[in-house]
Amino acid sequence: MNEILNLKSVSKSYSSGSRSLTVLEDINFTMNEGETLSIVGPSGSGKTTLLGLCAGLDKISSGSITLCGEELELLSEDERAELRNRKVGFVFQNFQLIPTLTAVENAMIPLELNAQRNAYDKAKQLLERVGLGDRLNHYPSQLSGGEQQRVSIARAFINDPAILFADEPTGNLDDNTGNTVESLLFEINREKKTSLVLVTHDLELAAKTSRIIQLKGGKIYSDSLNNAALT
Amino acid sequence: MRNWPFIFKTAIRDSRKNRWRLFMFMSSIVLGITALVAINSFNYNLVKDIDAQSKSLLGADLQITANKALTPDLQAIVDSLPGEKAMEMELFSMAYIPSADASQFVRIKAIDGDYPFYGKIDTEPEFAAENYQADNKILLDDGLMLEYDLEPGDSIRLGEKYFEIGGRLKSLFGSIGLGSGFAPGVYIPLDRLEATRLVQAGSMVDYSYYFKLPDDFDAEEWENNKERRQSFRSESFRTTTIEDQKENLDEAFSGLNSFLNLIALVSLILGCIGVASSVLIYIKTKIPSIAVLRCLGLKSADAFWIYFIQISVLGFFSVLTGSVLGSLTQIILPEILKDVLPYEVSLSISGRAIIEGMIMGSIITALFAVVPLLSIRSISPLKTLRSSFEIEKSRLDPVKWIVYILILLCFFLFLFQLTKDWKSALVFCIGLMFSFFLLFIVSMAIMKLLKKRLPRSWSYVLRQGLANLYRPNNQTATLIVSIGLGTSILTVLFIIQGLLLSNVASMDAGNQPNMILYGIETNQKDSLAEITRDFQMPLTQQVPIVTMRLDGWKGKTKAQWMADSTRTASRWAINREARVTYRDTLESDEKLLAGTLRKYSPGDSVFISLEEGFADALDVDIGDELVWNVQGAIIKTYVGSLREIEFRSMRTRFFILFPEGVLEKAPQFHVIVTKSPSNQVMADYRSAVVKKFPNVSVVDLGSILNTLNDIISKISYVIKFMAAFSILTGLIVLLSSLYLSKFQRIRESVLLRTIGASRKQIFRISATEYFLLGVLASLTGIILAIAGSYLIAKYQLELDFNLNWIPIMLIFVFIVGLTVLIGILNSREVLNKSPLEILRRELM
Repeated sequence: MNEILNLKSVSKSYSSGSRSLTVLEDINFTMNEGETLSIVGPSGSGKTTLLGLCAGLDKISSGSITLCGEELELLSEDERAELRNRKVGFVFQNFQLIPTLTAVENAMIPLELNAQRNAYDKAKQLLERVGLGDRLNHYPSQLSGGEQQRVSIARAFINDPAILFADEPTGNLDDNTGNTVESLLFEINREKKTSLVLVTHDLELAAKTSRIIQLKGGKIYSDSLNNAALT
Repeated sequence: MRNWPFIFKTAIRDSRKNRWRLFMFMSSIVLGITALVAINSFNYNLVKDIDAQSKSLLGADLQITANKALTPDLQAIVDSLPGEKAMEMELFSMAYIPSADASQFVRIKAIDGDYPFYGKIDTEPEFAAENYQADNKILLDDGLMLEYDLEPGDSIRLGEKYFEIGGRLKSLFGSIGLGSGFAPGVYIPLDRLEATRLVQAGSMVDYSYYFKLPDDFDAEEWENNKERRQSFRSESFRTTTIEDQKENLDEAFSGLNSFLNLIALVSLILGCIGVASSVLIYIKTKIPSIAVLRCLGLKSADAFWIYFIQISVLGFFSVLTGSVLGSLTQIILPEILKDVLPYEVSLSISGRAIIEGMIMGSIITALFAVVPLLSIRSISPLKTLRSSFEIEKSRLDPVKWIVYILILLCFFLFLFQLTKDWKSALVFCIGLMFSFFLLFIVSMAIMKLLKKRLPRSWSYVLRQGLANLYRPNNQTATLIVSIGLGTSILTVLFIIQGLLLSNVASMDAGNQPNMILYGIETNQKDSLAEITRDFQMPLTQQVPIVTMRLDGWKGKTKAQWMADSTRTASRWAINREARVTYRDTLESDEKLLAGTLRKYSPGDSVFISLEEGFADALDVDIGDELVWNVQGAIIKTYVGSLREIEFRSMRTRFFILFPEGVLEKAPQFHVIVTKSPSNQVMADYRSAVVKKFPNVSVVDLGSILNTLNDIISKISYVIKFMAAFSILTGLIVLLSSLYLSKFQRIRESVLLRTIGASRKQIFRISATEYFLLGVLASLTGIILAIAGSYLIAKYQLELDFNLNWIPIMLIFVFIVGLTVLIGILNSREVLNKSPLEILRRELM
């Protein structure tokens, strides 16, 4: 199997005045295509920072990250943006829909950015797939939290990404809605054979991925295969 | 390759819910453009009308003027001119109104011939101007007739002659309304002037000769004949053709044009600051969306273009709105400016003004909007994960600096186009930037001070209101700059106006004289002195005056000097008819700067004393020779001393002072300077003088003060109107920024109300904030205005500086009140609705 994500001795530190704060230290792991991986750990352990670095949203302080065959440090900000547009999908805890765009317009963005002509049809199809066929022209403020997250899932998969990054995707939802969204996310992920990196507090949710990396104090505490999910 | 379809689509989609808000942000530019287009339209119409009306403003094809009659040689030259001729003699004197037993200082225009040949004298009844010469009647100023309840058919006395009034004179031909109250105009037939006995040796009379030339006669060519031109110039005659008149008017109005344009520029800059500040806030509200787009693969430059397109399109509509409003506003400008214009300005839409306004407005709006838009490029996609994430701000963004330089260049070019002089443009540019910078620094200092020194012991409401001034997304700097600058302009205007008036009024203080009598013949002076003493009034000065002309200096004749290209003496100093007195002592307002005041003894040389400025203008110094033509007699003199004269009191003052013993026998007239204790005594005294000596003119400080007040209030009306544009722009900036901050503060107000704050407390927090904003903005503006006025008064106008606090306090209260009112009106929505309703709506 091909590698989709590779981290070698990755560290990240922030400087505040004369002080320097190390958030991640010596992170090493490799992820293969189609693999699903959870990053878990207590608050402040560096989960979200690690997700941001893996997706090319932030720059590492040392080491190297290879995403979809591209070494991120060698790419400019705009080149990384292009890589994200072609190969990466995102689902955020707080949905991150653009309030001035309708559901279908939000879902279309990645394809439109790429100047693809069938954006509307594909967005419509995906929104129907997530059960929002009758809510295409609603604005985010007219949708419930669960519906907004489903739009966000449609947007994440519209460009058939090689890898999907999800940051606490059910963190802002009640249990029932959370379960629905969770099921949708894993279902479509399976259908599209997308690699998935999931950051979560929720160990039940993490248990649904094939591999779990546990962070503690900015370091990998454990990296184990989840046999239950694998079977 | 940029994905333009996506950029345009997103720009349109993203603006959908914000268009009205965006238009509010951009609205501050509307008034700036309104001012620019209105002023330019008006100016273009003015210039167009100068071309159309200069003939009827001059009233003739050619005018020749001087303060003496044509010499026989010159008379021979003009006699050879074809066409019709007319002549005018103009002098100032007293008019006695028998029905009111009062007298009034007037401007007499004695006309012979059908002048004006073009245009007409505005009278009531309309035909009065055609008949007054033949009927031996006069045309009298309408205002004067109303004041003394005079009607056509009544009589007044000019000098020793009574005249019947033929009609009401609505305005003097070809002159503007300013100052007409000081010396109202009277037209009389020239052949009746002699009977008044007002023209004596030494009287100040201006002579004008008018010519209506045949169509095929080239007045320009005639005027430009070198030899002829020299003949007129050497005798101090000025020739004016219609072309010259056009140039004169163009030049006269270019000052007004520049002034109005500067006001427009200030409004425009204020508007632009409003735009920049609004765009900054708008972009801050867009950060989450931009971060998501960046996360999904949008390039930083594309993100910039999305919002640049939004702002540009709305900017364009604002500029368009401003242009339409500007074209409409120009309709009221002629009404506002009527007292400073000699003719009616036509109204027409000026395409050129609109296009220029739109181009200038669009460029400058775009440049100002680009400054905050550039920060879009550095919005990180990481903001989607952590809203608190801040990237390190780069200290030097070269693109930003290029934009700053372009903005300055734009202003410089605008000012250069106005002044046609790069040095003045640079000085204006630096001055303007300095004012803005100063206001900005003050606002920053205030915010820093509040942040550091906010006393914890103060009530929560007060602390919260104060804290709003420096917390993130505040508009303090923008509002202090915009409202402060408007307040500053208005305050400077009031201070300078007050200073001019108080300086003139203070001439009357203590024992300073307040009345001047002139045109007194030698045989009248003792009798007049007696009348003055009878009224218990002092004879502060009793001065003989001899008129003379310069005939030569430093060994050359005037003609030789005039032909000399290396001459350094100024034309005005050479050609003026000198009014000279003689005495051996200095007056209290004179100070000797060089040499000594030398007495004359028969057989000795004559040493005269010159005022230093006049000596500079003639380029002569102590010991230099000056030759005078004293009404035919040539007197050779030497500069014996130089004096400085204090021009602060109502006294006579002389550039040239002769010693006693030289001019006593020359034809002369006299001036008496005195002080009346009250207006009533002044009126009685004036009446007594004019009744007995109709040729004597009486000028009093009260009339000068009234006229000055009249002129200043007419001019300041124009300036106030224009300053109102700046203030209004400032208030619109305030409105739009409050509209913005309303959205920002809703969450906080809702939170406060949810946890138990009463509506009254929220109201007080808002009121405190707007009150402080108003106080800080207007106070900063007023302090700057006081400093600026002090500098203008001391170094430009050379006036004593004192302040009348009442108008300043009124401005302060007005600005603070207006700021609080607008602020409160804008916040009432937050106060009156339930927290939940607002929260729901905000989410929409």
